[in-house]
This record gives sequence, C-alpha cells and structure tokens, in this order.
Amino acid sequence: MNAPVSVEKLLPELDRRHLDWLEEEAIFILRETVAAFERPALLFSGGKDSCVVLRLAEKAFKNSLGNGEFKGRLPFPLLHVDTGHNFPEVIEFRDRRVAEMGERLVVGHLEDSIKRGTIRLSHPLESRNGHQTVTLLEAIEEHRFDVLMGGARRDEEKARAKERIFSHRDSFGQWQPKEQRPELWTLFNTRIKPGEHMRAFPISNWTELDVWLYIARENIPLPNLYYAHDRQVVRRKGLMVPVTDVTPVQAGETVETAQVRFRTVGDMTCTCPVESPAATPAEIVAETLTVTISERGATRMDDRTSDASMERRKKEGYF
Amino acid sequence: MSAAHTATTAVAQEVDHRALRFLTAGSVDDGKSTLIGRLLFDSRAILADQLDTLEKRAAGQPIDLSLLTDGLEAEREQGITIDVAYRYFATKQRKFIIADAPGHEQYTRNMVTAAAGSDAAVVLVDITKLDTHAKPVALLPQTRRHALLAHLLRVPSIVFAVNKLDAIADPQPAFEAVREALQGFAEQAGIAVAGIIPVSALRGDNVTTPLAADWYQGPSLLQLLESLPTTQERKTGNLLLPVQYVAREGEGTGNQPRTLWGRIAHGQVKAGDQVQLFPSGQVATVAEVRRAGEVVDVCVAGESAGIVLDRQIDVSRGDWIATPQSVKDSNRFAATLAWLDTEPAVVGRKYWVRHGNRWVQARIASIESRLDIHTLQATDTHELAVNDIGRVVIETQQPLPVEPYQDNRVGGSLIIVDPASNRTSGALLVQAAA
Repeated sequence: MNAPVSVEKLLPELDRRHLDWLEEEAIFILRETVAAFERPALLFSGGKDSCVVLRLAEKAFKNSLGNGEFKGRLPFPLLHVDTGHNFPEVIEFRDRRVAEMGERLVVGHLEDSIKRGTIRLSHPLESRNGHQTVTLLEAIEEHRFDVLMGGARRDEEKARAKERIFSHRDSFGQWQPKEQRPELWTLFNTRIKPGEHMRAFPISNWTELDVWLYIARENIPLPNLYYAHDRQVVRRKGLMVPVTDVTPVQAGETVETAQVRFRTVGDMTCTCPVESPAATPAEIVAETLTVTISERGATRMDDRTSDASMERRKKEGYF
Repeated sequence: MSAAHTATTAVAQEVDHRALRFLTAGSVDDGKSTLIGRLLFDSRAILADQLDTLEKRAAGQPIDLSLLTDGLEAEREQGITIDVAYRYFATKQRKFIIADAPGHEQYTRNMVTAAAGSDAAVVLVDITKLDTHAKPVALLPQTRRHALLAHLLRVPSIVFAVNKLDAIADPQPAFEAVREALQGFAEQAGIAVAGIIPVSALRGDNVTTPLAADWYQGPSLLQLLESLPTTQERKTGNLLLPVQYVAREGEGTGNQPRTLWGRIAHGQVKAGDQVQLFPSGQVATVAEVRRAGEVVDVCVAGESAGIVLDRQIDVSRGDWIATPQSVKDSNRFAATLAWLDTEPAVVGRKYWVRHGNRWVQARIASIESRLDIHTLQATDTHELAVNDIGRVVIETQQPLPVEPYQDNRVGGSLIIVDPASNRTSGALLVQAAA
C-alpha cells in the first residue's frame, strides 16, 4: 500500500520547491521549540498531521540511516489524549509506531478524568471530543510540560487561520485571540511565566494537499483507515456516519457497506469517512486536487454546531 | 494580458518557484476581506461547504465574501478584522500565502506582524472615501501609515489596490487623480511602488480577470502578484549564522560531537571553512556540515545548517558563527522602533531584546524623534506610544553583532519585550552603530 512514490513524477517543480520550503520552516520551528523550552512534548495521536510532524521531528533531531530510518531518540516525549472513543486501528498504529521508533509515549486518559470527577458527561455516549481539553490540561500540569508541539494547520478552520506559530496559553490553558503576541520575522517571543505554557505549530502553513504530498514523498506510514476500505455506515444529516459501539444505528436508518477512507481521524463520535477508492498516497493526492468539500466540512460533526465552535473550544484550551 | 506583462511573468517563473507571501492592509471597511474572499473565490480555493455556509447567511442577498476571513466571534460581532488570518491559494504559476492584516488603528501591531515576513504588501485604498476632485487628493492617514510601515519593514514590493471602482460614476479621472496622489506620496516617502491597480473587489473587476475598460491597459492584481519577486537571501560573501540549537553529545546517537544548528542569515558554509564564534572570538575549522539529519557538501543562506567544528569550543544558543573578522559587535546602536504596546515606551527602563537567537537586557537610551505620518517629518519627542514609529538609541547589556536592517534582515532586526508582562512591545530595525 505504501510503495514509495516518485515526487518528480507527482509534482511539478513549483510544488516540489514549496514542499522543501515548508519542510525547512517546520524543522526550524521544531528546533526553536526544543531550544527555547525546558519540558517540551509532541502531541501524537496517530493522525496524518501528527505523523507528518513526527517525521519532521526525526529530521530535525536524529541522524538518517539513509534507508528512511533514523537512529537516536527524540529529545522529548510524545503525548496523546485518549478519549476512550478512538478508532482501535489508530491506537494499535500509535503503539506500534512508538515501539518501532523507540520513543517515549505519555497517554492522558479521559476515562481517568471522569473517575476523578473533573469531567462529568451529561450522557454516556456524548461526544468526548470537547472534553479532552480537561484531560490535556491535566496532563500538562502533571508532567509540567511548558510547550506542546502539534500538527494543527491554518487551512483547517477559520479560528486556526488566526493563530500564531507560537501560541501563548495562560495559567488556565486559555488562548486569548485578542491578546496574541505580534510575531515578527522569526524572532519568536517564547517567554512565559510559571504555570503558563505555549503551543507550537510547525506545520501552520501547510495545507491538506501539502500534507498528502509530503506523506507520498517521504513514504510516511499511516493508520490503514486513511486508505480505501469497506465499512458499515449510515447516512445522517448529509454525512456518512460509521457504525460503531459509540455511534450505533438509530431507528429508521439503513446500514450500508461503502468503500470509504478517512480524511481526518479524531474521536469516533464525531469523525466521518468519505466515499473514495483512493488506496495510496498518490491516489489521495489526485483526489485532493479535485475535492470540493473542505476537510472539516466533510468529516466533522462537532464543527457544525456554530460558526464559532472551534474558537470557543480553543479559548478553553483545546488544541 | 499585455505582451509586456506576459514577458515579465515568464522570466520571473524561470527563477522564482517560491510561494509569494503577501499582506493586505488598508483602513477599516476598505474591503480587504472582500478582496481576499474574491482572490480565493476566483482561484477556486473556496470549497463548496464553505460557500454553502455563506449562501445560507446571505439568505438570498449577494454573498458576503468578507465572512470567509473574519474568523473570530468578536470580528463577526463588530464586522471588523482584529487579527492576522493566513490564507492559502495557488494558480498554475505560483503559490500564495496571504496575511490578512487588520486595518483598525488599535490593531496596528498585527499589521506589523504580517509585514515582517512578507514579500509584498497590497495596500487597499477606498476610492469612495476620497475627494477625487481636490488637487491634490488627500489620502487617508491609514493608507499612509500602512504603506510607510511596509516600507520601513522593507517589504520588497508595495502595491496599491484602488478599490470600489464599481461605486464611482466616472472611474477613469477619479482613478487617475488617486494614482497621482499615491505616486506623489510614494516619491516623497522614498517608497518604490510595484503597481497601482484599479479594482472592484465586490464585482471582481481586475482582481483575477482583467478590467474591461479601454482606459486601463495594465495587469490585473493577480497577474501583478504572479510576477513579483520573493525575498532572496544573499548566498555569497561572508557567512553569518545565529546558533539556534545545540544538539548535545550522545542523545542516543553514539559518540557524536556536538552539532550547532542555525539558519544561515547570509553567505554559505562548507567543510574546511574557517569560522569565528561570537561573542567568544574563538576561531575554528568546520569539520562537517549537516542538513536535516544528513551530511552535505554545502549549506546556503535561508537553510538550516548543522555545523560540527574540528575542536571542542564552548558554544551555546544565541552565539553567532561567522567568517573571521567579518562581524563587528556593538552594545549601542541607533534603530527605528515601531512601538506596539499599549504601555508607552519608557526611556531608561530595562527590557528584554531578542537578536537572532540571543536574549539580552537592554534599555532605550534615548528617543530622538517620532515620525509624523501626515507630514512624514521626524518631530522632536521623548515619548513613544502605541502605534508610534520613532528613532531611538538602544543600549544592550552585552555587545551584539548588529548590522543595518537594509543590508540584512536577520542581523538588523530585534524584538523588544516587556519583562513584566512578557508582551512583545516593539520591533527594532537597526540603522547603524551609534
């Protein structure tokens, strides 16, 4: 499935140079983060964006063995917030990759926050996506992380488009959109007070297409649900909802088997696949070039509540 | 497209494949968000679901393209742009990154943020707000301020987009009058103008499709943007490299020597080169050059190089690596200061400044003058408030290898940070050692 794709064949020079430029910028930001902070961590969910950031981190901090492998260990742990509603394929992939690479993984379990009483669900099958902020901030406090690197992109969503590369969070983990620090040249102001932390976004300037081009070029392993497979789904409010334990069939709905892939992989309760026969990164690149629905519009139930749902979650500390 | 313009575009394409980063600026309600919406819409960077949201909001009226970029609740409440939004689109010729900067005076710091990394600035001029019968036409202060800020930050290409042409009965003489005023202002301020383009962002005239009018033969805004150069670093001459990150020995990589990583400000580096370290002054030879995990022959300006020296020298983040005898350091220099903080600048107070990767304590030794954006004259003052631009003398606790900003952006730029709030209070552009 992941046969290397010749970038020369896939890309005109325009795109190839652009990808080199994006890579250069991302590596610069990753090194800046590790140099400027004492206790960094890299958010790693097993999703495509975090897999790209992980590869960029290898290039920034490890030595290449020349065969696509790198030797050494990253100078920070990986952090994942597990809502308990993740796709099992993704968790399996996450653990396998971390073991293969010999990295350290810290997992914050939403279930633990529920046990502690810091999260109270209004009903058992409620989407846990919004609640993960609580567990994330608890993990930051427990491990005293002062900066979290993540794979958020400005093309994902309007509120994200406004965010700086180094995004300051106050002692409550909150983002203050009106109080953002001017970001001048690459002279990042990384100064924080005790209890505050920073979020760093090395692939801010990448688009969904750039991410897939890079996955193809670098032959980056991903969970198999990013590629075409058969899955049981129901149609609900214009989306294809996967049939799972936490998203059961509702009265009057018909289950069908469709050939699908996921464009984004998040909490099972709010992530939908799209119909697609694309089975390789190159085929997905071709499909992304002609796509007419945005990544979030096609796949996320939780962003549809209001125009500002992402911004509100981010103000509370959401990634 | 005119023949002359086609030729320019073709030449630019042969050498410049990099994405053009440009900002848009202008006063409130000049139509910046609409212009960006138009660029995205006409270049098909807006997807069906995003368009659907706009159509639902419009409820039968023409869709409001500005809603594509005003992404924050407070922005939609107030109908203004508060913070920089970054947008991406591509044509067959080029990729673009837009920094959509707010026009409101209160948020000038964000306009400065957008300008600092940009290859070009598109300053919007709302023709309906100007008395085009006056001789000469009086420009709005924000037009002057934004063009001047872009010029001071050395944004290489400055373009004026004269907007809302659709709202003018007789656009030709009106545009000509505004063009004259803009040219006069630019000449007076020493701004090299890359183009003055008439547009209607609302109707889409001359944004991506050329203007259907016999009185205008120039390029559309998009054609001009496709032909502008990106900022290129000086790849020959002396090496200057700020050390960003020192990869410590060991770290699971075996008995490796330390690698000094940093993005080259100018020049290039290869194994065998003699280099000097600042501030220690020690000299060493480059044993190996790395790039993203691999050993390479050479690294050039703009790239991050990993340098392994032939001997163990104490080097840390913040130091500089340079061609021997090529760097002069100073702890007192004159600079242009764009003040961005609501707390005014205080002479004598200690601030943090960041130069390259080094943080040092510094004080504003004196404020010499403030630029009057109406007259473009320097006026005597000892105070700088938010949004002011002035000439200052800076004293730093340690000497820094500063260079004039116009010669080199990396060596010539600093930020100034308030130690109490950690806010980025100002942008410093070095003029010369004082």
